Parts: sequence; C-alpha cells; structure tokens
Amino acid sequence: MTVTHPFRLAAILASSATLFAASAASAQDSAPAPAPMSGGPAANPAGAEPIPGDGVYKAFHEQAGIDRIIDDFVNRVTTDPRIAERFKGANLVRLRFELKAQVCYLTGGPCAYTGKDMKTAHAGMDLKNFDFNALAEDLQLSMDKEKVSFPAQNRLLAKLAPMQRAIVTK
Amino acid sequence: MRPNKTVLSTSFLAFGLALASTAYADDAAPTVPYVDSGRLLLTQGVSNIEGAAGGGLATWAVISGYGTRDAVGGNVHATYVNLPSYTLQDYGASVGLFDRVELSYTREEFDTGSTGAKLGIGKNFTFDQDVLGAKVKLFGDAVYDQDSLIPQVAVGLQYKHNEQDAIVHAVGAKEADGVDYYIAATKVFLNESLVVDTTLRFTKANQTGLLGFGSARDDNYHPEFEGSVGYLVTRHIVVGAEVRTKPNNLGFAKEDDWYDVFAAYAINKHLSATLAYADLGSIATFNNQRGVYVSLQAGF
Repeated sequence: MTVTHPFRLAAILASSATLFAASAASAQDSAPAPAPMSGGPAANPAGAEPIPGDGVYKAFHEQAGIDRIIDDFVNRVTTDPRIAERFKGANLVRLRFELKAQVCYLTGGPCAYTGKDMKTAHAGMDLKNFDFNALAEDLQLSMDKEKVSFPAQNRLLAKLAPMQRAIVTK
Repeated sequence: MRPNKTVLSTSFLAFGLALASTAYADDAAPTVPYVDSGRLLLTQGVSNIEGAAGGGLATWAVISGYGTRDAVGGNVHATYVNLPSYTLQDYGASVGLFDRVELSYTREEFDTGSTGAKLGIGKNFTFDQDVLGAKVKLFGDAVYDQDSLIPQVAVGLQYKHNEQDAIVHAVGAKEADGVDYYIAATKVFLNESLVVDTTLRFTKANQTGLLGFGSARDDNYHPEFEGSVGYLVTRHIVVGAEVRTKPNNLGFAKEDDWYDVFAAYAINKHLSATLAYADLGSIATFNNQRGVYVSLQAGF
C-alpha cells in the first residue's frame, strides 16, 4: 500500500503539521492581544524594527542611493495615474525627508525615523489594497532603477508589507 | 464532431487576452468597475492542470486573477503536456471574487495516441474530464503577513466528471465521477524570496480522475500531499519544483507520485507562460512518463 512509503508519509505528515500550526497560530493571533508585541507596528513609529546588519543598507547604496530611490519614487507616485490623486496637497518636501529617514532606518542604516507612525500618517485617507500595492510597484521600479538586487529589494518589502494592516483602512 | 482542440484552446486564450486588455489598460486607473488588477505580479501563481490557481501540479491557497479584495479577477489558460506515450491537453477559465472565492472550470483531454491501440482501447482514444472547482480563502495573506509565520489558508473542492464512463469502469475504476477536497497553505517568504505551498488533498482519483475514481479493492478517500517551492528570481520569473502524491487504487496498473521542475514567466499581469519538465511516472502500465509541460495564461 502506497501510503506507507516513508517519503509519502513524511510529506503528508509535514503538510498536516504545517496546516495545523497555521490554524493554531491563527487562532492565537485572533485572540485579544494583551499588549503590542515588541517590534509590532504599534511599538515603533517606523512601522518595523530595522533589518539586522548593514548588508541591505549597502545593497541600497547607502544614504546616497536611498536619496535617489526616494526622489525617483516620489516623482513616480505623484504622477502615477492610479494613485497621483492621493498625493494632492501633500507636503512633498516633508514626504521625501520622512521616507528617506524611514528607508535608511529600516534597511539598517544610521538614521532615526522621527515621523508619525503609519496608522496616524495615513488616517482618513481611505486607502485600499489597490493603492498600497500600486505604491509598492512604484517602489520596485525605483529600486530597479538604482540597481538594488532583487533579494535586497524583497528584504525591504518584507518590512513594508505588514504595514498594510495599519495603512489600508478601506 | 469534435472541435479541433488546438483551435479551441487558442481562441479561448485570444478571447481572454482581448477581455483582459479591454478591461484594464496598464498604468491607468481602473476603467471597469470591480476590475483593478491590483495585486502584485505572480502573487496569484498560475492556472494549474486542474484549473485552480497554483503551481503546475499543486493547488495553492491563492485566489485566481489579480483582483484585490475590492475587485474581481480571472484567467483563461491552455496547457499541453507531451509525454512519451500520451499527451495531455487542457484548457479552462477561472474567476477570483474579491480575493476570497475562486471558481474554475477546466476541460482535460488525455490522448492515448498510438498507445491506445496497444492498450486495446483504440488508437487516439482520449479520456475527457471536466473539472469544476471552488476555493475559499479562510485566513492569512500570503504576501502581507511577513511578520508572522501564518500562511494564507484556503479550502476547496473539485468535482470531476470523466466522460469515458465505460472504459474507466473497464480498467477497474468504481466511478467515473468524483469529488476531491483540499486544504492549502501558501506563503511568500520575502526575506528569502521564496514562495512555499503545502496542500493536503482527500481524493479517490486514479491519475487525478483521468482513469476514474476508486476501485473494487479500494474505494476510500486517501490523504495526499501537494507541495511547491519556488524561488522568485525577478518580479517576472519564478523557478521551482513540485511534488504531488497520489493514491494507487487500480489493480491493472500501478500509479506513481508526480514531480516537476518549473519556470513561470509573467510578462505582465495579463499574460504569463509556464514551462516545466514533469515526471508523471507510470500511467496505465506505460512507465517513465516524463516530458515537457507548457502552459499559457491570459487574464486580469
């Protein structure tokens, strides 16, 4: 009987264990949390703890590279027909400054982020997943332009992705 | 008369592409209500052999199409697998509703070619199967939840109807119709640039239903495993490998687990191509069925 084949048995057990762990973790996740976890969005206005080490910061070509990425990125999002409307009336000088500090901080660079937390900064904007993802796509293009390696790009996106929960309210 | 299969699936794809391009123009605000193509490239996986969003052989927890939770999406696909003794062609369509529910239909045509004569069922005898699928995302988001290990989890079922009722009974299958149930967990690990899926499927199917369901000696549901690991090479390209275990119900021929290595290339959100090398093992006494798998997909 094929089910007794050791590989098959291991594979079926592994998938069951993954699914069980996932549902257990999910059940735990939906339980009322007594306090914000350290590193959670509520604990840090930058939305996440920085990536350890300076490898990713270097892959972004340090502050000069991050400055170029954010300048390009702000130009993109404010002219992207999908989301340009969202930036009408925004203080773009300040937006650039805050984003540069935030990305520098998150990639492990020697910066502090002193801006608003993500929930406050996006309050009342009624942003949808569509807006959040369009912005992520523009950031990818800006990182491509700076020739940041794809794995390093994804390290930053891994920090940004969970901010969807604080940013997307609609 | 049978419609010409290649013409049919090609026109299917062309129709999908036309639909996709009229529904949404790149880099413009959505022009059709409830169409936003707003999810990130490749995060819907590709249409697999049973028409569900997944890898090539495995079914994933992601919802077909690029629609966000505020929109609908969908795909048409055509897939061709060229094996030493058989060919498998399938084509189908799927819709994703609000990144929550997926409905799919796929037609599979398993052509025995000259092998049909050797099997005594006639040259070019073809097993035709319709697969109707429904999938519901339960919790988790494969992409956003990067700060936890919780995957995106979905449950689904696939109703399969094999049209060659007499022959599938003759080879020992108990039924020509069957229902598979599955629970799938999929997660993108952005830190590692990986996408991982594990799926547990409960099935009676012989060769996924192409040879019917169950047999006189074994008509029980079997828990079977499907798994995929893909490495995100660029925003447009993912390469990886898959495994799919299967029951072994039939007496006349043994059935093997399936494997493949694949590369999927998303040209944009409307068109993607998947190339794989699949090892489908022994099928109806013909061993070492390994060959190239090609799939084209169009959607929004």
